[in-house]
Amino acid sequence: MQLIQQILFIIISGISIYLFARKVVEIRRNIMLGRKEDLTDNPGQRWKNMALLALGQKKMFKRPIPAILHLFVYVGFIIINIEILEIILDGITGQHRLFAPMLGSLYGILIGCFEILAVLVLAGCAIFLARRNIIKTPRLVQNELDGWPKNDANLILIMEIVLMTLFLAMNTADLVLQERGAEHYTVTDSFWITGMFTGLFSGLSDGTLIAIERGGWWLHIVGVFFFMNYLPYSKHFHIIVSFPNAYYMRLKKQGEMKNMPEIQNEVLYMMEPDKAPTDAAPAEPQRFGAKDVMDLSWKNLMDAYACTECGRCTAMCPANITGKKLSPRKIMMDTRDRLEEVGANVNKNKEFVEDGKTLVHDYITVEELRACTSCQACVEACPVSIDPLNIIYQLRRYLIMEESNSPEEWNLMFGNVENNMAPWKFSPDERDKWVSEMAEA
Amino acid sequence: MAEYAANSETPEVLFWVGCAGSFDQRAQKITKAFAQILEKVGVKFAILGKEEMCTGDPARRAGNEFLFQMMAYNNIQTLNGYGVKKIVTACPHCFNILKNEYPALGGEYEVIHHTTFLQQLINEGRIRLKEGGAFKGKKITYHDSCYLGRGNNIYEAPREVLQALDVELVEMKRCRTNGLCCGAGGAQMFKEEEKGNTRINFERSEEALETGANIIAANCPFCTTMLTDGVKNKEKEDDVKVMDIAEMVAQSLAD
Repeated sequence: MQLIQQILFIIISGISIYLFARKVVEIRRNIMLGRKEDLTDNPGQRWKNMALLALGQKKMFKRPIPAILHLFVYVGFIIINIEILEIILDGITGQHRLFAPMLGSLYGILIGCFEILAVLVLAGCAIFLARRNIIKTPRLVQNELDGWPKNDANLILIMEIVLMTLFLAMNTADLVLQERGAEHYTVTDSFWITGMFTGLFSGLSDGTLIAIERGGWWLHIVGVFFFMNYLPYSKHFHIIVSFPNAYYMRLKKQGEMKNMPEIQNEVLYMMEPDKAPTDAAPAEPQRFGAKDVMDLSWKNLMDAYACTECGRCTAMCPANITGKKLSPRKIMMDTRDRLEEVGANVNKNKEFVEDGKTLVHDYITVEELRACTSCQACVEACPVSIDPLNIIYQLRRYLIMEESNSPEEWNLMFGNVENNMAPWKFSPDERDKWVSEMAEA
Repeated sequence: MAEYAANSETPEVLFWVGCAGSFDQRAQKITKAFAQILEKVGVKFAILGKEEMCTGDPARRAGNEFLFQMMAYNNIQTLNGYGVKKIVTACPHCFNILKNEYPALGGEYEVIHHTTFLQQLINEGRIRLKEGGAFKGKKITYHDSCYLGRGNNIYEAPREVLQALDVELVEMKRCRTNGLCCGAGGAQMFKEEEKGNTRINFERSEEALETGANIIAANCPFCTTMLTDGVKNKEKEDDVKVMDIAEMVAQSLAD
């Protein structure tokens, strides 16, 4: 019986780790469908950003209440994973509470800490569920979350609550069995939280308790494996991607817009033809700006996988606040949805086969793109270093330079800049008129 | 600038006036106020005059990279031709693009926003302010422009200038990194807003009016226009003025 459990455990672990790794490799491939962008300079600063923003969650604390609740869940998740290590080793070796004899009284303290964290995670997730479904925090109930995104969020929270409950039930049953001196159940110190609840289970038979303990153990670990494989399909993938995303964030002033050297050179060769390379092979024609996800940089695509749809960007977006269609969160969700679609296309056909759809128009509309004031509030707000504005700029460049898709007022402005050297229709001769006015005054 | 060059002199700083500062009637007042301060304090400054062109910011933000590159090319030719080292500008859009985006194109200068410049002049004692000036004790709120604040992390210099004027500074709920845009950036100044519930400048102006301030202090000609319109929309233009920080300093200079 024990041996069957061990073999079963090893098979289940192997399959889940394989499936998870396969999906992660696929996501990495999807991200690499984007254009090249070198973001490896200044590693010192990059490690610091990762420590502060991802590990330290610096930006989360702009909103203290969700930040503290999130911290419970986050710390709980990381620390309780140490317990998973024991569970996995127990599973493989067929032992029970392998670490208990090694750690002595420290073991009880450790499990006690895990239990406190488990309770905090439970409480955090319960409050998060309430914020989404009862209190209805505005940024968590906006239109773009209708359907799968809302279910995804709730499902994760429920899954975490179930996992924590199983963990606590398992420990309670274990303690009662230890008291009764049941065979195989290593005696430990009482656990801090579940030690208080042993009375609940004291009336049950040994058989029932073993069933609860074993059932809790198995459901817990199978739940963890399921959760691991659910992650890459979910917004919850941020728990992994936010780390590289913080590392690779652009180290520049937020106000700076990325240069387009290909156009810079084109203008240079036009103004100074002698500088144009004569023998160079014509550069491979590249689309100006971005029409689809493959035209974006790989960092834009990684941003999309790092997004957990919290909506802090959208809650700070002046266009969204005043009722415009633009939502930076939707920009990120659309980018990921389209990229997943392109990825599935590549899986099926070995390489991308035209499907008649593009990120602009089919996912993100011109109206959304036009509403952006480039105020960078979305970039500033994002706790996991996502830059939605960078994507908006590239899509705008495509609209203007490839489609000549511009509102009439902008065409007028362009004409004025070109002909009068100012966005308004004034004579360039009057540029310094204020000087003479000042002298007269 | 041409005159300085003809006399082989170098000014302390080039004042980049910008299109709004040159042509927009409201912004011209800011330009004049800032120039008046520089003259009064004895800062040797030059302007490019008719040789100055749009930096290309609205074109670039709208997506027209070609036009931006053309403008940048011409401006950099002019600036480098005169050997310009230091630029001050009263427009955060010009400031951001000259400081952060021109270097990649071969235009490297020390670029400084006029509020920072004013703060330095005050700290150095070159600007002397009236005791009990016009704004002493006045309730004033300060609007962070996106390209000075979030874009370049300059939040304190303008506030320090206001403190030097002895004002009672009241902050809006959304300020500093959380400041709300006036609605003009990203080339929005040059087109109608998309359909929505309200205009961005109305939303921001209402927030500013809620502070009960008599003056909304700004650092950007576009913000100034947008907020002035927002205040008018609430019919508060007789009680509440929108002023650039340079205008406030100009009115407070000691004789």
